[in-house]
Amino acid sequence: MHEDSSSGSPGATPRLSAVIARCEALYHDVDLRTVHDWRAARGGRKVVGYMPIYVPRELIDAAGMLPVGIMGGRGQVEIIRGDAWFQSYICQIPRSTIELALTGRLDVLDGMLFPSICDVIRNLSGMWKVKFPGKYVRYFDVPQNYEPEVGGRFYREELRHLYADLRRLSGTTEDADETLRRSIARYNENRRVIGELLELRAKEPWRVPTYESYLVLFAGNVLPVEEHTALVREYIAAALESDRPRRDNARVVLTGAFCEQPPIELIRTLELAGCYVVSDDTALGRRWPTEDVSTEGDPLLALATGFLRHSPPTAARYEPHGDRGEPLVTLVKKQRAEGVVLAAPSFCDPALLEQPILQDTLDAARVPWTAFKYAENLGQFQVIREQAGTFADSIKLWSEP
Amino acid sequence: MSAERETTGGREGEREVKDASMLLQKEMIAGHFTALSRAKEEGKKVVYTFVPGNLTELLHAFDVLPLYPEINALQSGMRKKSGGYILEAERLGHSEDVCAYVKSDIGMLRAGNVGPTGEKLPPPDLLLLSYTGCFTFMKWFELLKREYDCPVAMLHVPYQGDGEFTDEMRKYVVDQLRSEVIPKLEQVTGKKLDEAKLEEALAKSSVAEDDLVWVLESAKNKPSPIDAYFGGVYYIGPIFTAFRGTDAAVEYYKTLRSEVQVRLDQRLGPITPDGPLTNERYRLVVEGPPSWPSFQEFWKMFSGEGAVVVASSYTKVGGFYDHGFRHDPKRPLESLADYCAGCYTNLNLPSRIEILARYVREYQADGLLINSVKSCNSFSAGQLMILREVEERTGVPGGFIETDLVDPRYFSAANVKNRLESYLQMIEQKRKSPGAPRGPSGAAGGGSSGPRRLEVLP
Repeated sequence: MHEDSSSGSPGATPRLSAVIARCEALYHDVDLRTVHDWRAARGGRKVVGYMPIYVPRELIDAAGMLPVGIMGGRGQVEIIRGDAWFQSYICQIPRSTIELALTGRLDVLDGMLFPSICDVIRNLSGMWKVKFPGKYVRYFDVPQNYEPEVGGRFYREELRHLYADLRRLSGTTEDADETLRRSIARYNENRRVIGELLELRAKEPWRVPTYESYLVLFAGNVLPVEEHTALVREYIAAALESDRPRRDNARVVLTGAFCEQPPIELIRTLELAGCYVVSDDTALGRRWPTEDVSTEGDPLLALATGFLRHSPPTAARYEPHGDRGEPLVTLVKKQRAEGVVLAAPSFCDPALLEQPILQDTLDAARVPWTAFKYAENLGQFQVIREQAGTFADSIKLWSEP
Repeated sequence: MSAERETTGGREGEREVKDASMLLQKEMIAGHFTALSRAKEEGKKVVYTFVPGNLTELLHAFDVLPLYPEINALQSGMRKKSGGYILEAERLGHSEDVCAYVKSDIGMLRAGNVGPTGEKLPPPDLLLLSYTGCFTFMKWFELLKREYDCPVAMLHVPYQGDGEFTDEMRKYVVDQLRSEVIPKLEQVTGKKLDEAKLEEALAKSSVAEDDLVWVLESAKNKPSPIDAYFGGVYYIGPIFTAFRGTDAAVEYYKTLRSEVQVRLDQRLGPITPDGPLTNERYRLVVEGPPSWPSFQEFWKMFSGEGAVVVASSYTKVGGFYDHGFRHDPKRPLESLADYCAGCYTNLNLPSRIEILARYVREYQADGLLINSVKSCNSFSAGQLMILREVEERTGVPGGFIETDLVDPRYFSAANVKNRLESYLQMIEQKRKSPGAPRGPSGAAGGGSSGPRRLEVLP
C-alpha cells in the first residue's frame, strides 16, 4: 500500500496551490454563490442549469445566459426532503438535486435541462415541471440513430427548438447564427485545453493527480467558458512547474461515474491506494464532442454533426456496432492502463446493466478489473481503499509485463 | 403482458369459474408459444421485441413471429421460476440493483430458454429494439445481442418530455421505420414489405381497439363488471401484443365485449380467483405493474376485501387509447409512430398525473393505490410525487405499496396485506367521517384538512 498522497499539497507550488484552492471553493459552493455573483455583476442576466451527462452548452451561452452544471449534492447536502420524494431503491443524485431545489439553492436558475440519460433523470424532468411551474424546464432528447438524414435531422430540430426557447428566455436579439458560431468556437477551445490537461495526466499522472484534474474540470460547471479555459491553462502551467515524485502506482481507467459523481474523497482514496487514474468518465460532458465542432455554415447542423460523429462511447448511448466493451478495451490500450476500476453509483441502471458486458470483455482481453458501488454521499472509504490498494498491488505484482 | 393462472382459483373442491374469454386467451397464448417452438422447423422467422412500442402489425405483414422478453420474464415469475433465474444472473455478475425482468430473462436463457408451455423458445432472427419509454430496453438488448448472432434493428421513439408528440418526432420515427426497421425485416425474411397486408392488419387493430376501450370503460359502471388491473393484465390486455392486427384478436375482443355486456346487464362484478365478486366495496385506481410471482395471492388480497380496480395505468403500457388514438390503415407508418409514442411510460409525469386524476374522477374511485416496483425506474421514479399530486387534485386518499415485478425477495405478503388493509380501513373511516365532503365515488371523503395518505414510505 502506498501511504503517501500523490495529490494535494506535496510538491505543489504556491501558484498551483492557489488554483486548487479556488477550485475547491467552487466545488464546495453548493449554494451557487459564484453564480449569484456572476448574475449580479451582469445586471441580472439569466442562468440555465443542466444535469449530466451532455447538453450543448453552446446554446445557453449563445443565448446570453450562463450554463450551470448541477451535479448533485456532492455529499455536502443533508437530504431531508429529497428522501420523501424517492424510494430507497432510486439512486442519490435525483434526491440531492431536488433537495437543492426545495431548499432554495437552485432559485438562481431560470431554467433547467434534463438530458437523456436514464429513466430517473427523465422522470425528474417531469417532477420539475410540476414542482417549479415558473421555470423553463426541458427534457433534452438526443438521437440514438446516427444517420445524418434520420437521427441528425431529428436532432437538429431538437436543437432548433431548444435554441429558440433559450433565446426567448433570455430575450436576446443578437444574430442567432453568428453568436452561436462564436460560442461554438469558445467551447471548442475549452474542450481542446481540457484535452491537453487530460493528455498530460495520462502521460505524467504524478504531475496531475486526478483529485486536482477533477476539481479543475468541475469548476467548469459554474464558470463562464472563457474563464474556465483560462483556469485550465493556469492549472496546466502550474502543474508543469511543480516537482512531484513519480511513484510506482498502477495506471487505471475509472469508468461508470458519468452521472452521479463520486465523492472527491473517493478519488483521493484511489490515489492514496496506489492508483494513477489515467482516464475517467466523471466529467464526460465537458469533453463532448471529442473533436472540434465546425464554426462554418449552419451552426445547429454543426452541433448535430458533432454529436453524431464525435460522441464518446458511454452507457447512455446506443452502440450500433457491438457494445461498450470493445471501446473500453481500446481506451485501456490507448492510455497504457494496467487495469480498470468499475465504479458505479448504487442503483444506476446505465452503469450497472452493462457491467457484466464490460467485465466479460475485459476478462477476454486479459485486463484486470475491480468493481465497487458508491453513492455521492458515501462517508466511509476504508473498504474502498483496501480494495483499490489490493487491486493496485496485484497489478504491480502479478500482471504480465 | 399476458398472464395465465397456473393454479386453480377458489377454495379446495370448488369449481373454478372462468369466462369463455379467459379460456380463449389461454388457448391463443399457448398456441403462440407452440408456434414459436416450431418456428425453425416450419421456416418461420422470429423477432424478439418489447411490449411498449411493439410493431406487431408490421411483423404480421412480414409473417414473422414476435417474442417478448418481458413476457418470458413475467411468465417465469408466474411459474415461480424467476427467483432462481435471477440468482443465476446475479451469480454471473448482474447487479442486485437492476431490473429483475432482465435478470430473469438472462437466467432463463442460461437454463435452456424453455418457455411457459415447457417448449424451448427459438433464438431470434432479428432483435427489434423498440426503445420506447424504458431505458433498460437498450441495455437489455445489448446483453442479448452478445448471446445471438443476428442483426439488431434499433427504433428510437422520442420521449414526450413536453407532453406532445411533435411532427418532427413523428417524422423521426417514420424515417427510422423506413430506413432501419423495414429494411432489416426485409433482409431477414427475404421479402418486400406487403403494404396491403400491413394496412389490413392496422384496420383489424382498430376494430379490436374499439372493443378493448369499450371493455376497459365498462368499469365506469357500478358495480364494475371487470377488474381493470388484475383482470386487465390477465385476460383483457395481454392479447394486444402478439395478436394485434389479426382476425383472432378481433374475434377475441368481440367475445369479451359480449361477455362484459352480459355482466353489465346482470349487474355482476368481475370474476376473481375467489370466483365472481359480489360485494364491490372499494373502487380503486392502481398505478404500476403487479408482482407476477405472487399475482394470484396479490389479487386475492383485493378481492377478499371487496376491492375492485376500476382503472390502471399498467394496462396502458402496451398502448394508450383513451384519447381516441387508433391504428389507422390510411397512414400506416405515421400511425405506428403515434402508437409507440403514446405508450404510457413514454408520457411525461404531468401527463401521467392528469391521466390518473381523470381516472379517479371518471371511474368514481375511492382512492389511488401505487404498487411501486423496485425493478422499474421508468414507472417508479416520481411516483411519490404522483401520489401527492393526485391526492391534491382529486381529494381521494393515496396508498403506497412496494414490491417487485418478478423478484420474489421483494414481495412480503404479510406486509403488503397489512398495508392494503390499513389503506382500505382509511377509506372506510373517511366515508364515516361526519360532514366530510362527498368523494368522487359518492362516498364521504376528504375533509377540511385535505386528503390523508397511508404513510408507507420506505
